[in-house]
Amino acid sequence: MKVLVAVKRVIDANVKVRVKADGTGVETQNVKMSMNPFCEIATEEAVRLKEAGKATEIVAVSLGNAQCAETIRTALAMGADRGIHVQTDVELQPLAVAKLLKAVVDKEQPGLVILGKQAIDDDANQTGQMLSALLGWPQATYASKLVINDNGTANVTREVDGGLETVEVKTPFVMTTDLRLNEPRYASLPNIMKAKKKPIDALTPEQLGVDPAPRLKTLKVTEPPKRQAGIKVGSVAELVDKLKNEAKVI
Amino acid sequence: MSILVLAEHDNASLKAATLHAVTAAQKIGGEIHILVAGSGAQGAADAAAKVAGVAKVLLADDAAYAHALAENVAKLIVGLAGSYSHILSAATVNGKNILPRAAALLDVQQISEISAVDSPDTFTRPTYAGNALTTVQSSDKIKVITVRATAFDAAAAEGGSAAVDKVAGAGDAGLSKFLGQEVQKTERPELTSARIVVSGGRGMQSGENFKMLEEVADKLGAAVGASRAAVDAGFVPNDYQVGQTGKIVAPELYVAVGISGAIQHLAGMKDSKVIVAINKDEDAPIFQVADYGLVADLFQAVPELNKELGK
Repeated sequence: MKVLVAVKRVIDANVKVRVKADGTGVETQNVKMSMNPFCEIATEEAVRLKEAGKATEIVAVSLGNAQCAETIRTALAMGADRGIHVQTDVELQPLAVAKLLKAVVDKEQPGLVILGKQAIDDDANQTGQMLSALLGWPQATYASKLVINDNGTANVTREVDGGLETVEVKTPFVMTTDLRLNEPRYASLPNIMKAKKKPIDALTPEQLGVDPAPRLKTLKVTEPPKRQAGIKVGSVAELVDKLKNEAKVI
Repeated sequence: MSILVLAEHDNASLKAATLHAVTAAQKIGGEIHILVAGSGAQGAADAAAKVAGVAKVLLADDAAYAHALAENVAKLIVGLAGSYSHILSAATVNGKNILPRAAALLDVQQISEISAVDSPDTFTRPTYAGNALTTVQSSDKIKVITVRATAFDAAAAEGGSAAVDKVAGAGDAGLSKFLGQEVQKTERPELTSARIVVSGGRGMQSGENFKMLEEVADKLGAAVGASRAAVDAGFVPNDYQVGQTGKIVAPELYVAVGISGAIQHLAGMKDSKVIVAINKDEDAPIFQVADYGLVADLFQAVPELNKELGK
């Protein structure tokens, strides 16, 4: 079974983002970028499926500007076999990404597509669900455990409000990863070097027949209201007193 | 203009998250209908009919909707969508699972986790783990929206008298099957709707030590939460996690014990009314958002707090 993994280049999770003064977005110049953490988990799961003999080939796909090729290289260094880069400088929103991914899936015919549950920049949490809708495939979101069965189905344990839930889905299907699915590996230096030789195909939205124009217009981006500076208390008794008599919350 | 709100329920009763979504719908303005999709869900539908401001309840009662499988419920929503200008759901796991699927089938770009309604087509939502507020305008014919429950007050659960109409669904899409669930049993209030939340982090050192926090929580009538570090370390189950990728809470009082205050954790609790931090590291970032900070070893402070509350 071929596995397709979608990876996104985002501002590194440890960077404290700054909103631009003109309110058009956040500062991305000279800011460290990385693979979205949930996409790392998706890549790791695909590599583990291959190591377990369940996957035959792993294709990593990323969409966006020229620098997204670096993100694909990271996936290749983790163990993906080849990459596809859908190049565009247009701002991509989840529906457009889902449509572009559907076109790639139609070409590649994988048995499983793995995405992260959400990207830590737009926090949308939509693309996997949208992709499975467009394909007419089942979806297994927020996965914390995947078992591929031999009869053309898979059992996926999902993290839901209040606990865990297990569903059986027919292959092909789309899965999105939650934090607990696995611990992604670090790419070793030899693997980073080898990844440079692995092929990356470049495609454009035009070649895929998709109009990626955004449907949502961003009117402004602002900083959230700042909290008032608090005080430090000297003892537990003082803390309880403040909560009772000053804040009146207990 | 009519608005369809997808109910979050357990067949017998309506979950509080739905009441917050109804308030967001009221801010948009228009006739509000609630869709209850379930199996044996008359109880939830009756509860939905009593919610103030609701004009009609649509009940789709079918075995296919028993476990809110996205493949089946999204199809149902798409079948009803033609009569609505807006389709809303609370941003619960179910809402986040189902609505984007419906949105794609309707060829609509969903707007996730709105925290404010600026106009019927313009909404504000937090991005970058809550470090930026983005205001977007939708050009889609139908607006598909998930609502951050903590950003909107709950609509009154009583006072309405809507009619309950049965609607036929499209049945089972045959793509997926519910196999089973493991539910965390707890007597405490639900994390996302609790008035007080007591959370522990890596500083708790073990799951055993969370008992100390539970004692404090029980005295306060609070829910217990955790940082990702505490969940990853196996101290507590995953659904205790508060943060960008866990639950978003905004209680009146949030007590963070042994939590450093990483960006991703703050994203889930920084809208709390009063924040208390107990940490032995006085440089921990949590103190920058805490209204009351206590620099102390939690293993001394928490039992002391427990004793003090018992007075």
